[in-house]
Amino acid sequence: MKIVLQHLTKKFPNRNKKQGGDVIAVSDFDFEIPDGKLVGLLGPSGCGKSTTLNLISGLEKPTEGKIFFGDEDVTDLQPQDRGVGLVFQSYALYPHLTVEKNIRFPLENLKGDKKLSKEEMAERVKTAAKLVQIDELLERKPSELSGGQQQRVAIARALVKTPGVLLLDEPLSNLDARLRLKTREEIRRIQRETKITTVFVTHDQDEAMSICDLIVVMKDGIMMQMAKPQDVYDDPVNLFVAGFLGTPAINIFEGKMKDGRLFIGEDAVLESDEFQNDRDVYAAIRPEGFRPDDNGPFKCRLERLEVMGRDVSIISAHDGVLNDTGLIRSIVDADNRIDPDSREVRFSLKPHKVFVFDKETEERIRFEVADGR
Amino acid sequence: MKMKRAEIIKKSFIYFCLALWAIIVLFPFYWMLLTSVKSYSSYNREYIPKFYATDPTLANYADAFTSVPLSRYLVNTLVFTLITTALMLIVITLAAFAFARLSFRGRDLVFTLFLALMMIPNELVIITNYVTITDLGLRNTFAGLILPSVTSVFYIYLLKENFAQVGDDLYKAAKVDGTSDLRYLIKVLIPICRPTMITIIILKVIECWNSFVWPRLITDKEEFFLVSNGIQQIRENGFGRENIPAMMAAVVIISLPLIILFLIFRKKIMEGVATGGTKG
Amino acid sequence: MDGKVKLKAWLYLLPAILFLGAFLVYPLIDVFVYSFEEGYNFATQTFFGTGFYNYSYVLRDPYFIQALKNTFIIVIITVPVSTLLALLISLGLSSIKPLRELFQTIYFLPYVTNTLAVGLVFMILFKKTAYSDGLVNMLINFFGGESVDFITGPYAAKMFVMCLYTVWIVLPFKILILTSALASVPKVYYSAAQVDGTRPFRIFYRITLPMISPMIFYLVITGFIGAFKAYSDEVALFGTDLNSAGMNTIVGYIYDMLYGNSGGYPSFASAAAIILFAIVLTITVINLLVSKKVSV
Repeated sequence: MKIVLQHLTKKFPNRNKKQGGDVIAVSDFDFEIPDGKLVGLLGPSGCGKSTTLNLISGLEKPTEGKIFFGDEDVTDLQPQDRGVGLVFQSYALYPHLTVEKNIRFPLENLKGDKKLSKEEMAERVKTAAKLVQIDELLERKPSELSGGQQQRVAIARALVKTPGVLLLDEPLSNLDARLRLKTREEIRRIQRETKITTVFVTHDQDEAMSICDLIVVMKDGIMMQMAKPQDVYDDPVNLFVAGFLGTPAINIFEGKMKDGRLFIGEDAVLESDEFQNDRDVYAAIRPEGFRPDDNGPFKCRLERLEVMGRDVSIISAHDGVLNDTGLIRSIVDADNRIDPDSREVRFSLKPHKVFVFDKETEERIRFEVADGR
Repeated sequence: MKMKRAEIIKKSFIYFCLALWAIIVLFPFYWMLLTSVKSYSSYNREYIPKFYATDPTLANYADAFTSVPLSRYLVNTLVFTLITTALMLIVITLAAFAFARLSFRGRDLVFTLFLALMMIPNELVIITNYVTITDLGLRNTFAGLILPSVTSVFYIYLLKENFAQVGDDLYKAAKVDGTSDLRYLIKVLIPICRPTMITIIILKVIECWNSFVWPRLITDKEEFFLVSNGIQQIRENGFGRENIPAMMAAVVIISLPLIILFLIFRKKIMEGVATGGTKG
Repeated sequence: MDGKVKLKAWLYLLPAILFLGAFLVYPLIDVFVYSFEEGYNFATQTFFGTGFYNYSYVLRDPYFIQALKNTFIIVIITVPVSTLLALLISLGLSSIKPLRELFQTIYFLPYVTNTLAVGLVFMILFKKTAYSDGLVNMLINFFGGESVDFITGPYAAKMFVMCLYTVWIVLPFKILILTSALASVPKVYYSAAQVDGTRPFRIFYRITLPMISPMIFYLVITGFIGAFKAYSDEVALFGTDLNSAGMNTIVGYIYDMLYGNSGGYPSFASAAAIILFAIVLTITVINLLVSKKVSV
């Protein structure tokens, strides 16, 4: 089932009464989540991603705008009438019920012609438990389960009603690093098997990048970009998206376009016909966008090398850099032999790893480089 | 070596003092049991009371039930305790749920007003309540006994705090699962907060079982007496002249239920009293 | 917020509001009204006028003066004695390991027993009758003393039993509160003090006492309030006709005015109740001020 959000806006009254006014948690969302896809809502905390999820589930009512599941307008429907499954960050398992009763709980609330017999319920519980591989644990209480197992129970409980939409709120954040890797594969598998349209919220880009079909990047209640994971990385639409994705983080510089050249400080690092107008910009360069080159145009002061084996991190400094650390981190193949005692290191840049943004709007300025890569 | 000896003397002294107080606490219980198995004649023969019974008898217990309506008092108290506790549970659970989970305008204000009510001493309101119940013609009825004590602001407060500790996510999860508020309260909140509910029940049962002042004001017919009033009645008029052993048998019988309850739920009761009980 | 949700919330609150309104808020207002209605007749529910007559009557009533005196004596004796005794017992309890649970259980027993019932036992232990001088007098005789009638005899003897029984009744609560307060003092403080070579008394005075002082103040305040409201314990020992026994308390006076041999005067009862409330409130405020000053 596809999910359509039309001009969706959610305002909360300001907690701080003296300040007055409303806090806008979600601002004019307008996009479509295609049927059967796994979509990640990605953004820093407080960006409105959980509110978006609550709007889709029906726990919150939008201030403006509409929500459609398929062709049906569900904006005014109660959560239980929307046919959604929701997995909470804390899992929200009922501590006094066994795993089996936890999973069965949503079924017991069904009324009218949806009402199930005892046998049907048992069957559905078994199927859901099998899907997430916890059918051995049905008699246990949540407190007797590990974090990963509780997570599975929560997913089974969300799936047992065979919802059209599955929503996951930070599903991996309470797990340790090793389990997180395993569980995200598990979520991917379950989503593939059930083909349920799934939306999950995360602040961890690796999570989003690794399993999503589509990523929605958000900031301050505004959708920044929605695209396939690789596209968000390779083709960010603004400075925020470029800076938010990628580890190590992208390097950001004060730049200037002049006479067909892009300047960082005194160095003309790239040439393109589109670098005109004599305007100030931000230039952002991915760590892997640097090529050590004794004749390269980008002259940096070498600080130190961090040898990782397969590749080498070159830590250097340049006057134009805006990174928090004040240092540039570039990652190059270990085959490049850099003299650690040298004062200077020079780079040429891979043009498709360099993004230029307007200084005012922080929107992307696209350019073509004549001689390619 | 010398240190150790001082230590032993100190410890022995502490144990001696503690044991002494334990004897002072236990002695009245021992004495009531002892006296209750002495026969009337042998008790009265002992000008100097003996610390043991020469010919133990259970006749006094039979007496306690036959010559005064002790079983009536016990049944009354049981009925009074059960109904009061059950009604109170319903009232306070609903109120606590509204305060903890439902959001409505003026909630915090109403809750603050409720808390302010905790400061009103019972002695101040009992006069009007007595007049109210009398005017309603509810003297010498169970309704008159029960009605004024089916709410407790303190227990509403205690339960509300406990309800509020149960996470928001659980409530949201229940909402998504299509659970109504009432069903959420019954199926999720109450089972999770069972320890607190049990504590409240036990404290209320103790309070009901021992209540004396209100029942004394509102009942003057023996068929509505509770045990406290019954024991007072027995003391002043019962068992003919000074049948102390029979009186003690009655005292044992009415003390026993709570002592048994205490021994079973010792930990819970002591925890509950430490968090919320007041007396003395 | 939808109107429906709002209505539902009030519906959940309705029973509590109704009961509290009828049996707590309305009576609170009404008791003031009663206390100013002069010559109120319970049967016809009429009164002559309004004023302070009820108060002046109560304050001049010798029974009330007696009750006031008794109550103050009980308060002044039992609150310090029981608090100190509870502190000593709790300290003893927290310094031992074996048998601690057993002692704690025994000490708590009086809390769950029926005051009236056990009072009867106390009465028998102390009472001097034609048949027997009672157990306590036997002990007094053993040590060479004269028999005393504690229940119907001299005032001092009666007051002694009264205070003893009150302490016996209130101690379980205080011991419980103080032992848990003592248990919650972090062990590191003691370890640190021991390493520094601090002497035990100094540890108690400098560490333990300051850390449990909020609880002691709490006990003193609730102890004052509770002792001012003494009544059932008196009935347990001396019977319902407390006035003739000379052992009435303020609360007893209120109830006797309302109902009983001299009853039928809700106006006098109300005036007495408000006087009691004023006394308790004053003492509580003084207590709070003192405790604030000490703890700052």
